[in-house]
Amino acid sequence: MFTYYFNLAVRSLRRNVVLTALMIAAIGVGIGASMTTLTVFRAMSGDPIPQKSRQLFAVQIGNWDPQTKRGLFGSPDNLQPQLTYIDATALMKAHAASRQTAMYTTGFALTPPNPDVRPYQVQARATYTDFFPMFQVPFRYGGPWSAAEDENRAEVVVISTELNDKVFAGANPVGKTLNLDGRDYRVVGVTEHWSPTPKFYDLNNDTFGKPEEIYVPFTRAIESQMLTWGNYNCSGDVGEPGWKGRLSSECVWFQFWAELPTADAVARYRTFLNNYASDARQAGRFRWLPETRLRNVREWMEYNHVVTTSARILVLVSFSFLFVCLLNAMGLMLAKTMGRAADIGVRRALGANRHAIFSQCLMESGVIGLAGGVLGLLLTALGLAGLRALLSEDVGRLTHFSVADVSIAAALSVGAAIVAGLYPTWRATQVQPAWQLKAQ
Amino acid sequence: MEIRPILSAMRRNKVGAVLIALQMAVTLAILCNGLFIVEQRLSLSARPSGLDEPNVFVLTNFWVGNPPDLQARTQADLAALRSLPGVVAVSATNSYPLSGGGSSEGVKLNPEQKEPTAITALYFLDEQGLQSMGLKLIAGRNFNADEVIDKIGQDSQVPPTAVIISRVLAEKLFPGQSALGKSIFVQFQKHTVPIVGIVDRLQVPWVEGDSWAGSFNDNSTIEPYHFAATYIHYMIRTQPGQLATVIQAAQKQLYEVSRARVLEKAVPMLEARSNAYQDDRGLAIILMVVCAALLAVTAFGIVGLTSYWVAQRRRQIGIRRALGATRNAIVRYFQTENFMIAVSGAAVGIAMAVALNLWMVSAFAMQRLQIGYALIGAAVVLLLGQAAVLWPALKAASIPPALATRGGA
Repeated sequence: MFTYYFNLAVRSLRRNVVLTALMIAAIGVGIGASMTTLTVFRAMSGDPIPQKSRQLFAVQIGNWDPQTKRGLFGSPDNLQPQLTYIDATALMKAHAASRQTAMYTTGFALTPPNPDVRPYQVQARATYTDFFPMFQVPFRYGGPWSAAEDENRAEVVVISTELNDKVFAGANPVGKTLNLDGRDYRVVGVTEHWSPTPKFYDLNNDTFGKPEEIYVPFTRAIESQMLTWGNYNCSGDVGEPGWKGRLSSECVWFQFWAELPTADAVARYRTFLNNYASDARQAGRFRWLPETRLRNVREWMEYNHVVTTSARILVLVSFSFLFVCLLNAMGLMLAKTMGRAADIGVRRALGANRHAIFSQCLMESGVIGLAGGVLGLLLTALGLAGLRALLSEDVGRLTHFSVADVSIAAALSVGAAIVAGLYPTWRATQVQPAWQLKAQ
Repeated sequence: MEIRPILSAMRRNKVGAVLIALQMAVTLAILCNGLFIVEQRLSLSARPSGLDEPNVFVLTNFWVGNPPDLQARTQADLAALRSLPGVVAVSATNSYPLSGGGSSEGVKLNPEQKEPTAITALYFLDEQGLQSMGLKLIAGRNFNADEVIDKIGQDSQVPPTAVIISRVLAEKLFPGQSALGKSIFVQFQKHTVPIVGIVDRLQVPWVEGDSWAGSFNDNSTIEPYHFAATYIHYMIRTQPGQLATVIQAAQKQLYEVSRARVLEKAVPMLEARSNAYQDDRGLAIILMVVCAALLAVTAFGIVGLTSYWVAQRRRQIGIRRALGATRNAIVRYFQTENFMIAVSGAAVGIAMAVALNLWMVSAFAMQRLQIGYALIGAAVVLLLGQAAVLWPALKAASIPPALATRGGA
């Protein structure tokens, strides 16, 4: 029955090529536009680490005077998204979670072994060894450095496979050294290609950027007085000058993440943070009781407005556009159905019941939806290529089509065509056979 | 033109007419909001920076390691760059407009204030600073050589001896009076700094119009420093037409001074501008493409449905022609019909446009739609309808009167 109806539908559609082409074009263009923006939107808002997004928590501590309204600078809750050196190191020392890491983004000047190649800049992340298991960073060679190396401010690095290709031509570099900022660092590991989107663990600096190419122990970076390449925000009085002043100031520049696998662990960590905050107040550091917050990956993305206004506007506009395309297709389907009233009358007179007519017309809508979907996918590919050409590289990284996107497009177009076809189909079933036959 | 027969014909084709009207309404709502956003983004990206953009470029330098003699190295670089032919002025700086990275501070008129009077971006420049960016001094004077002091690294904390501020910041701090000679507190609570000059315009480094920087886009303060740091920008202004030549020469020159450095690709200010606003321009282009596609789809929809109506009414049209209706009358019939549908669609569309905009105002903190956009949108939709209906209407007018006398349709 299905194939028979399918053949009927194709034959009927071929009878009026112009109208059919218009319908397919309308649905195809609408699907193309909405899938283009939806792909970007889904890439922006997608879960970058689905297995663990409920177990990883960003930590905030209200170390700035809550009475001073920061209006333009602050987040809605007047808390800073980053921590001070004092807090970041104190939380590391307390070791109250099963895994935790303080970190910041920085960079090196890399002097290649070949003296003919000029030094170049490489962005780096200063972090603790827990970073790698916490965020499930895959390794190609070697592995993370040890906790002892964190402790000893060791001059070791983990590099990305991209940097390894560039410097060591992709060979296993574990044990070799890299000249960074004029000092020799020993390579202990090479990560596989790894690029969580968005870069959820540091949403304040380059949300959709590539991960850093070098990882270096946090303690080593601080010892080498490596400045942050990300946001550095201060409030109130400036402390003493120089690096020491920077470390003892209330300036915030570190991200801090804790892995808390169970609800119990989360509750315990909350208590720990609140105790830490009230101790700091008692010690005279604050005139207020600092608020503390734990947010998991999804909550953190929401809090930091990862999905841009532009992306939201585009999704809104393109889905309204799809709606117009559907109204259009509906009008054309209606015209087509009414044009075939006589045909339907004959079929009804020959014994086809309303149910059969309904199924046949619905099949036509479905076929149009399928063809529109194929056209829509082509247009989506075109649209995404257009976005890559028009938008910055970071946004361009969000324009890759996944299998899930293809199935969404197919479902959306067939579903949309069937919805658009419902009314014309219902009208078709209302055709009175006798009246149509008489008019002939 | 008789409207009654049109109305009664439309009543028999209710759904078709409603579909067209609805399409036109949604088209109108998207069109005017889309064009409004396009206009906003384009005007955002056209804001002047205050710099002599065509003749200025930036070389960003990053020293390898942490050399102890940063100031000596920076001064050697500056001397080398200033000696190049075609160079007007060179200065080292912590940041520059359109770069996206820099420092901001609150400005206070007295240190007891809890909230700053204004937020400002900070630029550290020497006595060639104004020249190197091509800024226009409108009051006061440039820094004297003895006012420019050493500042080594971001963490060094030597209070500035004087400042030059932008006109917008001056008006914000001292509304209705001259800011020249007045003193302010920037960053240092215990040191007042005299304002010695005012430049016509100097944009902050950040360009995001809808974020925090949008609110103080033109508030800038220049502090007189010989700034030296591991990471530094050289602002280089050339004689007109010399930019490309000087870019080549400057890079070579710096590598001759020292090879232990990373030089980023030279960035002409015009390129910095197009990079900074790439996503705004991209969004504007995408919206324009979508609006064009929308108009096309709606037009084809009208052509399709009207053609169908014409085909359906061939017999009646033939009868009317036989009874003496002119071709013009037939064309006018379909035009009037479309006009009536379009007017009702436009009325609904304007309401939808305003509602959509109000929602975006609350959801995205967007500006209110100017009613002019809605009216322009309505006019476009009405004209589109008339243009789209013309071809089927002409086809209808060519139906011969003889059709009425024949049987069948």
